[in-house]
Amino acid sequence: MLMENKAENKAVFDAESAKEVVKELRDSFVTGKTKSHRWRVTQLKAMLKMLDENEPQIVAALRDDLSKPEFESSLYEIQILKNSCRLALKEMNHWMMPEKAKTSLTTFPSSAEIVSEPLGVVLVISAWNYPFLLSLDPVVGAISAGNAIVLKPSEMAPASSSLIAKLVADYLDSSCIKVVEGAVPETSALLEQKWDKILYTGNGRVARIVMAAAAKHLTPVVLELGGKSPVIVDSNINLKVATRRIIAGKWGCNNGQACISPDYIITTKDYATKLVDSFKCELERFYGKDPLESKDLSRIVNSNHFDRLSKLMDEEKVSSKIVHGGQRNEKNLQIAPTIFLDVPVNSLIMKEEIFGPLLPIITVDKVEQSFDLIHSSGGKPLAAYLFTNNKKLKRKFVETVSAGGLVVNDTAVHLAIHSLPFGGVGESGMGSYHGKFSFDAFSHKKAVLYRGFAGDAFLRYPPYTPGKLTLLQALLSGSIVGIIRALLGWFWA
Amino acid sequence: MEKSIAELRETFKTGGTKSISWRKSQLKALLQLINQNEDSIFKALDQDLGKSPVESYRDEVGVLKKSVTYTLSCLEKWVAPKKAEVPLLFFPAKAEVMPQPLGVVLIFSSWNFPFTLALDPLIGAISAGNTVLLKPSDLAPACMSFLVETIPKYLDNKAVKVLAGGADIGERLLQLKWDKIFFTGSPRVGRLVMAAAAKHLTPVTLELGGKSPAIVDTLSTTPSKAKVTAKRIVGGKWGPCTGQACIAIDYVLVEEKLASTLIELLKKTIKRFYGENIKSLKNISRIVNKHQFQRLVNLLKDPDVADSIVYGGSVDEEKLVIEPTILLDPPLDSEIMSEEIFGPLLPIITLKNVEESIDFINSKSNPLVIYAFTEDETFKKRILSETSSGTVTFNDSMVQFLCDSLPFGGVGQSGFGRYHGKYSFDTFSHEKSILHRGFYPEIEPRYPPWTDFKLLFLKLAYQFDYFGLILLLLGFKRS
Repeated sequence: MLMENKAENKAVFDAESAKEVVKELRDSFVTGKTKSHRWRVTQLKAMLKMLDENEPQIVAALRDDLSKPEFESSLYEIQILKNSCRLALKEMNHWMMPEKAKTSLTTFPSSAEIVSEPLGVVLVISAWNYPFLLSLDPVVGAISAGNAIVLKPSEMAPASSSLIAKLVADYLDSSCIKVVEGAVPETSALLEQKWDKILYTGNGRVARIVMAAAAKHLTPVVLELGGKSPVIVDSNINLKVATRRIIAGKWGCNNGQACISPDYIITTKDYATKLVDSFKCELERFYGKDPLESKDLSRIVNSNHFDRLSKLMDEEKVSSKIVHGGQRNEKNLQIAPTIFLDVPVNSLIMKEEIFGPLLPIITVDKVEQSFDLIHSSGGKPLAAYLFTNNKKLKRKFVETVSAGGLVVNDTAVHLAIHSLPFGGVGESGMGSYHGKFSFDAFSHKKAVLYRGFAGDAFLRYPPYTPGKLTLLQALLSGSIVGIIRALLGWFWA
Repeated sequence: MEKSIAELRETFKTGGTKSISWRKSQLKALLQLINQNEDSIFKALDQDLGKSPVESYRDEVGVLKKSVTYTLSCLEKWVAPKKAEVPLLFFPAKAEVMPQPLGVVLIFSSWNFPFTLALDPLIGAISAGNTVLLKPSDLAPACMSFLVETIPKYLDNKAVKVLAGGADIGERLLQLKWDKIFFTGSPRVGRLVMAAAAKHLTPVTLELGGKSPAIVDTLSTTPSKAKVTAKRIVGGKWGPCTGQACIAIDYVLVEEKLASTLIELLKKTIKRFYGENIKSLKNISRIVNKHQFQRLVNLLKDPDVADSIVYGGSVDEEKLVIEPTILLDPPLDSEIMSEEIFGPLLPIITLKNVEESIDFINSKSNPLVIYAFTEDETFKKRILSETSSGTVTFNDSMVQFLCDSLPFGGVGQSGFGRYHGKYSFDTFSHEKSILHRGFYPEIEPRYPPWTDFKLLFLKLAYQFDYFGLILLLLGFKRS
């Protein structure tokens, strides 16, 4: 029941409310509404309209929540979302078509196909750093696959959360797509319900809670988590371009608060000074002499994270390794791009995912030693990056480094390539999405076999005789010669 | 135990299992194991489940041989990275998806198809380059012992291990960290497995079960089709391990006016296949143990259920045999109609109109398979679009299991994840995305300080509006 709390004038969303929401969506789903191609198309078109007509409001909400520069909001949240919608609209017919599957002589005559069907009622829980993208991109996938959806945006980006709730209610079909705002109690209430799929973007600690809750109902999950995404920088490269691309992927993405931001750099002792100088030069070119004055950097999301990052910076043996930056403004929750050289490998900043504007550089004697360092650093990251012109190094990197996705000679951009599945492995998550993978993530691929009545292999049935055994062996092997020989043997026996 | 797993992890780290030659040699060795030990395998299956050699070959040995051979022939293709399309904007760039082994995987198998359900996932795990711990079910003890003794003789001990034991061993294994867990069994245990996996964020594949119905709509076609329908239903119920199979037909839905025809056909077929009565029962497995036997007998204890028996019903506790039993319209709220039967009892539920099957099936949780015997194309389409199940098979039973190109798995309460053929390889792989870029050309507008021009440029770029970009660069578009 929704209880009116007069003091706050807000309804309490508890397990009962969650149950009602799920029931309403399940009733809608059962009518078959969301399965229709037309419904999916109208919803996606409505979302496009929603993004077109509300760009300034979205930019403003992101500025409120994260001081995100208009540039980043416009491109990494709105444009990417629009692209997702457009791609889904363009390809959906093709994605929805059954896929023919080959059948062998063993089941002749028969035909087979794989039919995509929606899973049903799905839950999307998103994160605070790209509140629009990480909420609505999965929703695009869920819609294109024909599901009913509950979206739970992050409460740590409150202006975005309430704008999303308002826009979704205004533009999309509320009988099938709902937004539930809130924090831990509301999320827990939602997680108690039975969903047909849950897609969660966030951290490993909460992911474990989500998966444990899903286990009670045997709900499959996609977990998009994070990790320490390393960047290996070799010598003999175009240093300027490499530096700029690292900066774009680190501080250009929500000031380092992104799951695929370069977390730390590994380079050779010989190259380190050049690299640091290049960073200093480009950072100043991008953000000016005083980065805290630059309008092109997001702030730290809240004081909890500010304190967390400060702790990483201030750790003894780490603070002395700062070679660039270090400026902070606690009132404005700002931390300038800060680079560290050779912090101890067991320091906090090298143990947890930084998720902020701090960039440690670790040096090794030979660049090949980077791989050992990455493998010993614990969990598999979401992304790993390498800057090199050396073919052998590229091959070793690609074959041995285990991460969700790898990029050679750039950072972060693989996010925008729809033909690549985006997801983690090990601690960085399970499952993937983007492009058709989003459609697949929210679909059940039903196997269908069509058989006729001709060709009933009598040898399937009892009475079981040795002759049948021989024949069966031949039939299962699928070899036509074997089958003929066996049949001849049968007739001649 | 911990030592074994540490060894598996060490072995994986050395990278030995990643080589295609290692994988092929292991698969070939597995094929040899099966070829050279057929008789022992038949013996173990007879001991644990009373399976005849033909059933054992059809459902276990033959299936496995086919699976290994198919995997060997496709392995190089599967391991090769797949090219992915890159938009012109990123030129020059190369994108691909490369499958990689997950690492150290745990496979739990079930007792009803002790070889297939243990070794078929093993084939997938090895083909994908992982190290494996296999935990077969102790409810099929002869088969479990065989696996424990024989696998080390053929496969690489440092990379593939088999652990004997019961539920307690299973629980201890679940406390450890794995890179993947593959589980075949009941939904109840599936929940426990997934909850344990959640602690380590281990991905899981759960192959569970459910009440797989058979809709029968072909009895009024031709007599021969009706006969074949009956044969396939009998073959799909009592053929696989006397109904103790996740894809066995659980119950039948038929129009009430055709019920008696169906029952007569079934009776005739049962007698022909399995014998006249329980004393002369042949060509059929037995119940695996006393516990399952008692469970099945209890399903018949309800007097309303017992009253609905129209054929069979006799049991032999000593031999753990229950004869093929048909029930006509037992109460819908009885246990036999609410839980997965997993045994030789076949309820027939009658409907006024066969189309009502759809609502009936939807009132229960998603089964692993829906079988539909019908030639009505419209009805087929309705079944496909209005019901949800792991698989749908039209006009036959069981054979979908033999299709390597069809994913085998459930949905909802019947599980998630899939395998068979390439899907086995995929289920034990991580598909790693890789993007290669060059240092040139550079897209300057990526970098701050940001201006309206740069924003417009990138907006056009993101929309792949190359023409617009050209206009912008030539000065024909204003920011």
